[in-house]
Amino acid sequence: MKLSGWGRTPVHATRLIHPEGEADIRAALADGPLIARGNGRAYGDSAVGQQTLDMRRLDHVLAFDPATGQLVAEAGLLLADIIACFLPQGWFPAVTPGTRFVTLGGMIAADVHGKNHHRDGGMRHVTDWIDLMDQDGTIRRCSRQENPELFEWTIGGMGLTGVILRAAIRLRPVETGWIRQTTRPAANLEAALAALEADSHATYSVAWIDCLATGDAMGRSLVMTGEHAALSELAGKPTLPPARRKRAVPVDLPGFALNRFSVRAFNALYWAAGQRQQGSRLVDWDSYFYPLDAILGWNRIYGRKGFLQFQCVLPDASAHAGMAALLRAISASGQGSFLAVLKRMGAAGGGLSFPMPGHTLALDFPATARAQALFDRLEAITLDHGGRFYLAKDARLSAGTFRAADPRAADFARFRAGAGLTAQFASAQSARLEL
Amino acid sequence: MQTEIDRNPKATVLLLGARSDVARATARRYAAAGYGILLAARDPERLQAEKTDLELRYRVPVTLLAFDALRIEDHAAFVAALPALPDVAISAIGLLGRQEADEADIPAAITVMRSNYEGPASILSHLANAFAARGSGTIIGISSVAGDRGRATNYIYGSAKAGFTAFLSGLRNRLAGRGVHVITVSPGFIATRMTAGMDLPEKLTASPDEVAEAIFKAQEKRRNVIYVRPIWRLIMLVIRSIPEPVFKRLKI
Ligand SMILES: Cc1cc2nc3c(=O)[nH]c(=O)nc-3n(C[C@H](O)[C@H](O)[C@H](O)COP(=O)(O)OP(=O)(O)OC[C@H]3O[C@@H](n4cnc5c(N)ncnc54)[C@H](O)[C@@H]3O)c2cc1C
Ligand SMILES: NC(=O)c1ccc[n+]([C@@H]2O[C@H](COP(=O)([O-])OP(=O)(O)OC[C@H]3O[C@@H](n4cnc5c(N)ncnc54)[C@H](OP(=O)(O)O)[C@@H]3O)[C@@H](O)[C@H]2O)c1
Repeated sequence: MKLSGWGRTPVHATRLIHPEGEADIRAALADGPLIARGNGRAYGDSAVGQQTLDMRRLDHVLAFDPATGQLVAEAGLLLADIIACFLPQGWFPAVTPGTRFVTLGGMIAADVHGKNHHRDGGMRHVTDWIDLMDQDGTIRRCSRQENPELFEWTIGGMGLTGVILRAAIRLRPVETGWIRQTTRPAANLEAALAALEADSHATYSVAWIDCLATGDAMGRSLVMTGEHAALSELAGKPTLPPARRKRAVPVDLPGFALNRFSVRAFNALYWAAGQRQQGSRLVDWDSYFYPLDAILGWNRIYGRKGFLQFQCVLPDASAHAGMAALLRAISASGQGSFLAVLKRMGAAGGGLSFPMPGHTLALDFPATARAQALFDRLEAITLDHGGRFYLAKDARLSAGTFRAADPRAADFARFRAGAGLTAQFASAQSARLEL
Repeated sequence: MQTEIDRNPKATVLLLGARSDVARATARRYAAAGYGILLAARDPERLQAEKTDLELRYRVPVTLLAFDALRIEDHAAFVAALPALPDVAISAIGLLGRQEADEADIPAAITVMRSNYEGPASILSHLANAFAARGSGTIIGISSVAGDRGRATNYIYGSAKAGFTAFLSGLRNRLAGRGVHVITVSPGFIATRMTAGMDLPEKLTASPDEVAEAIFKAQEKRRNVIYVRPIWRLIMLVIRSIPEPVFKRLKI
């Protein structure tokens, strides 16, 4: 069958397998090269291979220790289920991406980061151990003590070191399902970066950039910080907020629904709304962390051709100049991004993990020829400023660009070859990037 | 915030054929609503992970029971030995068989017939009598649109499902006014172990979670017959209305 990532491009033919247990995975290993797939939320071709193992049926919760918050579960468990089941018990994921429709395995394989990365680090920092199946079907426990090198490369290793079967992660205790959110406008890029730096004590922080603003207003942003609200702050609200209504995008919208005018209108409205909501207020966890999850299948608003996401991180020293150059290139191209997010990152991960101290910018564009040309520019600017790219978002980098940005790619490829993993675990992305 | 297992849940549900993907999703749906869960399957040991999962996720008590639909002589004892008579009983028992092979292998065909009709009807009869004596309860049978008209490609399975659908209809009729409600669930395609490897049309195929949600809602709204997805009601209406002289020549 045909399969793609969340951006719906590129599309590859694959043999899709739905293992129910370890035996089914061993059988698939014997049949040829494969890659594990979680819930398909990586944008590009990370989770599509010659054979693709859909891990979602392996989703049992295996153990939970309320003394430490350690959760042991199978890799296919959805983050949405973790929250639905453990928030009522007083626990929240210690690290979460901007959608809850991801699996435990996918979060570890991409070493995902959340709005608290600057303070708490990424998935790597809350993962205690992983049970990994290798090309022979052997299962190894990997942790900071056991098989540490494999542990290191598996987190952020995009499924290329084996199949994650189970893992132990830590949740954080919370008193309520509410977040106290503070929104402040920043007049331009400089103000936004300064605000994010000044907010480094906040648990969560992120800035939404109006990437169509130009001149003195270039980089104007809404800077949003958040803290888990304590019971004493609720003023009569229920401890857990009521569930939000879901809407689905029923059909593919035609590609022109999202043109520069509608994007400009959206950005202008969002900016205006953000200014009205300045200051501090209580927001339910779902709207705060997962604003897009309320619209199921929102990737269809880009039409059949799909869309591309760009995400880079620039080191502190060049972040300001680099972000300015990226924004100038975007506004010069006249292609606004519907969603543009700027965030401060903390400690670097190991292995091939994306995060490093600095700032990260994420944008998405309909997959047109003009967008491809813009991406060439954005990639060149990122390289010039010592930045690197996020594999979970990538659908089009060349092996040369990726390796130039990230010297660890060659070490990773060597590790894979040395451990005999290269021929067995392969995705369309790993083939393209020669990992 | 709740951190202990609730040993006295307000209601319990019995799932027959508990290892099926649909039953698994349905157990989660009822557990999320606070039901205590009884899981009955041929090899309950293999459901240990399911029990742990449900208890950790939803803090409800879960009991595993050994049950074989084909061993009808044991069904009375099975019901008598239940820790307590459940409020809801759901049959997700089913065996698709291999139509073409089973046309020649008649004993195998009979196993398909017994597994989809005789076995489920037998256990639900015992439960229905106990529910009727108590004066309350809900019985939910998962049948199939395959039972709405026999077709060359799956009539062995389909004929048994047709019998089961008629059985549920009659049971509903008998128990109406006696406090026991009977629901017939007619799925079209479901993406499960039963259909793994088949190339099913996406728009007509439900996920196990979707079926579970439909079952739970049907109970809340006291529906009689549901199709999942609902479009199947229309499709089967059309298929049933094709005149036999035409139908017998069709390949569908
Ligand atoms: C709306 C949206 C917002 C997002 N926000 C963020 C964000 O804020 N921060 C962030 O870091 N990311 C973010 N992402 C990206 C997303 O978190 C990652 O792509 C994540 O990996 C997706 O998980 P998944 O389960 O869908 O995995 P998939 O997309 O299916 O797979 C991703 C990778 O994980 C590997 N993998 C999956 N399961 C296994 C397994 N069991 N064993 C081995 N390898 C496995 C795959 O091979 C693949 O390389 C966002 C994505 C979306 C759509
Ligand atoms: N999948 C579809 O497209 C589809 C469509 C319409 C209707 N249905 C119906 O939906 C229900 C659930 O099926 P499913 O799709 O989830 O398939 P499934 O996973 O194959 O489930 C069928 C279950 O029935 C159990 N079973 C079979 N014979 C039994 C017996 N003698 N005693 C006890 N249990 C027995 C099996 O138990 P073991 O695990 O022990 O084998 C299995 O758990 C079935 O009634 C099926 O007919 C399915």
